[in-house]
Amino acid sequence: MRREESHPVNNEHNLFTSLYPTLSQQLPREPMEWRRSYGRAPKMIHLESNFVQFKEELLPKEGNKALLTFPFLHIYWTECCDTEVYKTAVKDDITKWQNVLKAHSSVDWLIVVVESDAKKKNKTNILPRTSIVDKIRNDFCNKQSDRCVVLSDPLKDSSRSQESWNAFLTKLRTLLLMSFTKNLGKFEDDMRTLREKRTEPGWSFCEYFMVQEELAFVFEMLQQFEDALVQYDELDALFSQYVVNFGAGGKFNMFCSKSWAVLCVLRVNSSKRFCCVLSRKLILSVHLQVSVPPGALDCWVFLSCLEVLQRIEGCCDRAQIDANVSHTVGLWSYATEKLKSLGYLCGLVSEKGPNSEDLNRTVDLLAGLGAERPETANASQSPYKKLKEALSSVEAFEKHYLDLSHATIEMYTNIGRIRSAKLVGKDLAEFYMRKKGPQKAEVYLQGALKTYLAEGWALLVTHTRKQLAECQKQLGQIENYLQTSSLLAGDNHLTEEERKRFCREILDFTNQQAENQGQKVLLPMHSFAQLKTLHFDPPNAVVHVGGKLSIELTLLSQMPIPVQVDQVAIHVHFSIEKNSYRKTAEWLTKHKTSNGVITFPSEIAGLPLSRNNLPALELSEMYERSPSDNSLNTAGIICKNAHMLLRRQESSSSLDVPSGLTLEDGAHVLKCSNLTLEPGDNKITFNIQAKEPGTYTLRQLCTSVGKVQFVLLHIYPIVQYDVYSQEPQLKVEPMTESLLAGIPQKVKFTVTTGHYTMKSGDTLQLSNADAMPILYHPESKAVIYSNTREKISESSLRIQSSEKITSISLPVAPAYHVIEFELEVMYLPSATESAVEKENITNKENHRKNKEKQKQDNCMATVDQKVTIDCPWSIYSTIIALTFCIPFNAKHSLLSAGKRKYVQVCVQNLSELCFQLSDYSLKNSAECTDLQLVPLNPADQQVVFSKQSIFFVWELKWTKELPLSLQCLFSVSFCPATSEEQSFTLKPFTYEFQVENFFTLYHVKTEIFPPLDAEYCKTGSLCSLEVSITRLVELSEVDRDEALTESDGYCTTKLMYEVVDNSSNWAVCGKSSGVISMPVAPRAIHKVHMEVMPLFAGYLPFPDVRLFKYLPHHSAHSMQLDADSWIENDNLSVDKNVDEQADSSSIRSRGSLHSTASGEHKGLPMPRLQPFSPGQVFNSSTGMQILVIPSKDDHVLEVNVT
Amino acid sequence: MAVCIAVIAKENYPLYIRSVPTENELKFHYTVHTSLDVVDEKISAMGKALVDQRELYLGLLYPTEDYKVYGYVTNSKVKFVMVVDSSNTALRDNEIRSMFRKLHNSYTDIMCNPFYNPGDRIQSRAFDTMVNSMMMQVC
Repeated sequence: MRREESHPVNNEHNLFTSLYPTLSQQLPREPMEWRRSYGRAPKMIHLESNFVQFKEELLPKEGNKALLTFPFLHIYWTECCDTEVYKTAVKDDITKWQNVLKAHSSVDWLIVVVESDAKKKNKTNILPRTSIVDKIRNDFCNKQSDRCVVLSDPLKDSSRSQESWNAFLTKLRTLLLMSFTKNLGKFEDDMRTLREKRTEPGWSFCEYFMVQEELAFVFEMLQQFEDALVQYDELDALFSQYVVNFGAGGKFNMFCSKSWAVLCVLRVNSSKRFCCVLSRKLILSVHLQVSVPPGALDCWVFLSCLEVLQRIEGCCDRAQIDANVSHTVGLWSYATEKLKSLGYLCGLVSEKGPNSEDLNRTVDLLAGLGAERPETANASQSPYKKLKEALSSVEAFEKHYLDLSHATIEMYTNIGRIRSAKLVGKDLAEFYMRKKGPQKAEVYLQGALKTYLAEGWALLVTHTRKQLAECQKQLGQIENYLQTSSLLAGDNHLTEEERKRFCREILDFTNQQAENQGQKVLLPMHSFAQLKTLHFDPPNAVVHVGGKLSIELTLLSQMPIPVQVDQVAIHVHFSIEKNSYRKTAEWLTKHKTSNGVITFPSEIAGLPLSRNNLPALELSEMYERSPSDNSLNTAGIICKNAHMLLRRQESSSSLDVPSGLTLEDGAHVLKCSNLTLEPGDNKITFNIQAKEPGTYTLRQLCTSVGKVQFVLLHIYPIVQYDVYSQEPQLKVEPMTESLLAGIPQKVKFTVTTGHYTMKSGDTLQLSNADAMPILYHPESKAVIYSNTREKISESSLRIQSSEKITSISLPVAPAYHVIEFELEVMYLPSATESAVEKENITNKENHRKNKEKQKQDNCMATVDQKVTIDCPWSIYSTIIALTFCIPFNAKHSLLSAGKRKYVQVCVQNLSELCFQLSDYSLKNSAECTDLQLVPLNPADQQVVFSKQSIFFVWELKWTKELPLSLQCLFSVSFCPATSEEQSFTLKPFTYEFQVENFFTLYHVKTEIFPPLDAEYCKTGSLCSLEVSITRLVELSEVDRDEALTESDGYCTTKLMYEVVDNSSNWAVCGKSSGVISMPVAPRAIHKVHMEVMPLFAGYLPFPDVRLFKYLPHHSAHSMQLDADSWIENDNLSVDKNVDEQADSSSIRSRGSLHSTASGEHKGLPMPRLQPFSPGQVFNSSTGMQILVIPSKDDHVLEVNVT
Repeated sequence: MAVCIAVIAKENYPLYIRSVPTENELKFHYTVHTSLDVVDEKISAMGKALVDQRELYLGLLYPTEDYKVYGYVTNSKVKFVMVVDSSNTALRDNEIRSMFRKLHNSYTDIMCNPFYNPGDRIQSRAFDTMVNSMMMQVC
């Protein structure tokens, strides 16, 4: 920090001169803590002093307020080391000095005694050096020993001298600061006292100003800018108050104010802060309500500004000025503003030039300026000269004003203060407008308007537009003018009157244009009116060819008065999209838009364009699942159109006014003429007669008023309506999910008329099929709907049936309507059923296949029934296939009881309905008279419920020989259990089947005996199993096969038996199967014995015994005997097993015949096994059980917990 | 006290602007709009400072002949601009600061309103009342 110090030095000037460089250099080096009064925070400052030789007249007089030249510390320098000299000269000198100081009541002083070794050496009679210092202290420093310091060898570079320097400097600083603080405090106190007197008469603000200004300056010199600013602020406040207090009293003279400003200017240094302070002060200082001639103040401000600027330019280099432009530009703009107002005042801006009154005023003003200050009088350029020149003539004013304005604009632009630049530009535009230079003004107005629009300042936009409108009017830019006018007419920031005025401007123009055929003027619609909603009728905006469509627009007129509109037109784009499902009649009539109303986003006037243009956020949920276990990892919201929203806003393009307004030329224009648009909402209805099929897109909306057309270039969101044409169509659908065969069911006929108009006499001709008669109810009705499913009418249906053709006369219906009616149809399954069944009864392999098939799909068999229909609109027949499901599935089985035979038929109901079955019968189709089928069925009628089965049994009785096969036909009548009345006869459900080889040939009986000594079978103990096979009949046709051997008129056949226990109850010991020779004679019995072991206790079912025909291989025919012996072996082995202990390895609970056979006859051709037909073998032991008791000595206790 | 109070969105369009009815509204609009230059300048100068140390109060933006214009910027770059009559010497920095703080609190309340769509013009009776109270003291 710097501190300038006036500092008188007494005599011995040479000594001081030698010390001065070191002193002035060293003093400011160390900072000192400056403690402040009034609780202000202490600061560290660097002291810097100015040393001046002592002169009495330099001492300040009482009341002198000059702080800058104030002597803060008086120092007396001496290098006296001789007592004599001291006594004779120095002491007196000091005394005299002290007296002078006392007289001026200055108490800040210091005596410095400089010692030097050189001098000591020269003088022989050296007194101890302390003595001189002591003497001085004694004589002068009464109790103030610190007022005298010693400086030893100051010019030498020794540590001692350094030390003494340091001590001295510290002392000097302390004292200086002490004095400074004290004096400054006093100064401030004085200043405050002075300030308190401000209400007294005769108080001069100027005087006070000087004082505080000096204080501020001192602070500034100390680089205590904050303190300096505080002083200036206080001064400002006081000044304002002063001015307010004195009101319009003329006590403040302009010269004073001016001189003050100049004073400030004089002190301008390059400090940025100061510039700031200054410009502020300047501006603030001017808000005086002083009674000066109008303009005088402006003159003064203008001059001051320019002077300040000139000063700054004078004392700073280019770079500094550029750096501080942001601080000085305010002054420039201020000066410009003032010059402008002066110009307006003095009539220099008007078109005609100043009148005499203006001239008088100018003369007064110039006179008021007084004479130019002498220091600038000779300069070629000065603010004074500039002002004088500017006021002297219109041309000069223009030049100066333009110079200033352009300079200001440029400066503002350079530092990026665009808004300020635009504002100055607008002033300039105003000026140009006054000077009748609208073409120059337009640029500035457009520039400003663009900025205001971009930032959405509605009021500024309105104001600027108003100016622009005037400008464009003068320029004769008709289109632009009308556009601006329309914008203004719809601007609610203007008053009703103004809006009406602009609206009339447009209307006047349109009227005037109408007379002389001029070019049409296209203007954007949005300023004139806004499209709010659009309403389609029919709401789905789909209409058939020739149909009627109405579009109702809601147009919000922005105009303040009703406007007569010649025509409102919608330009429509037409496109044909063929081969697109979305354009078919079905799709179009089915899909629906939201109640046919399209709402257009309203433009919020006033918001900046950038904001308006942003698309709406499109958010959607987002779930992220982990690929491994499909668990939810993340859930969130994503913005789908982030790329749109985050896109960099193009600053330039968005502001462009849509320039290329062009109307699309198209053949399709919807028109509505001669309307009056009232202010506010207007509804306009367009009626359309649909012609060509296709998609119509509403593109542009155009409102014509005279020759002016207001055009909405793009109708967005996209609005379309569709026109379709449709071929007539017939559709036949069942009313239920599926049609069941056999019962009458409703089928819906839908006739879509399309472009065909149903005339009276138009009929549908159905070719009759025997299997599917059409049942006719006289009360059945046809209903006519419109294409949009609105019921139009109902009429009864007339149906005429002939043998081959059923003709349905259709009701009269217009085009694009739908006729619906229902008919009952019934499918009679029998005819095709037999066909289906024929497959079933082919051969056995097929039989198996069929079984599988039935298992696979336990659903109903279906039959397609085709109907050929002739429609009136077409020469071709329509073939419609109806699928019927057969509700029943029948199975048969043959049951035997010894020789007696029974036939069982199982009827399964697959449908969802309940049926009542009656009149069931089983007939032998082959006409065997000796065969009787005796029904064993309970009642006449039975109900079979949905998904359930019912069984029927017949006993087969015969008298003579039995046929090899039996052809049977099962038939049962059925009707839905619910329908009570049976107005129609249903054909019965039939099932045809065949049974073959059903005579019982063998009777198999199995017996198990407990061991001889035991009463019951025991677990773990062997029991004997006896299988007795009895031949029941003589040799018959059935037996004629390879297994039969004849020798000596003695027929035998080979059988294979097998004992299998599938439930693991028994362990069969030894061979479980074998081949036996069976004599073909009634009552022939073959017994087989084997041993079985029960594995569990309880009532165990007998193991199964199976019998097969054993057909030896052809080549092995000769080995007949071998086979016999083998059988005997088998027997033997079984016997052996009885004798010997049961070998665990030979115990087989479940032997596989095939593996045994292959194992024992390796390499031999395999004999064949043929199963008997069901019924040929009767097993009388089936289902028998034997009690097995647990053995007592069971090692293993088995506990079954169930 | 204040003669004009404005709330300006981040994008520099006015969210709220209100001036004493006796004066020319348009003039204040121009003043406030021009002051945005200085606000922008100050904000960009401040941008280098650490966020948490940032001073929201921008101080005196610029003086005009009759008015002083003060600025304040929230952390979301919403600007408050207050125009004060120059002759009103009672208003010192501290008073202006506290007025801005009040304004900021009130603005925060508006933002907390779930029915207020940020970026829309402020239409709130509470805010009006608060602004009125700041301007009332003029008379």
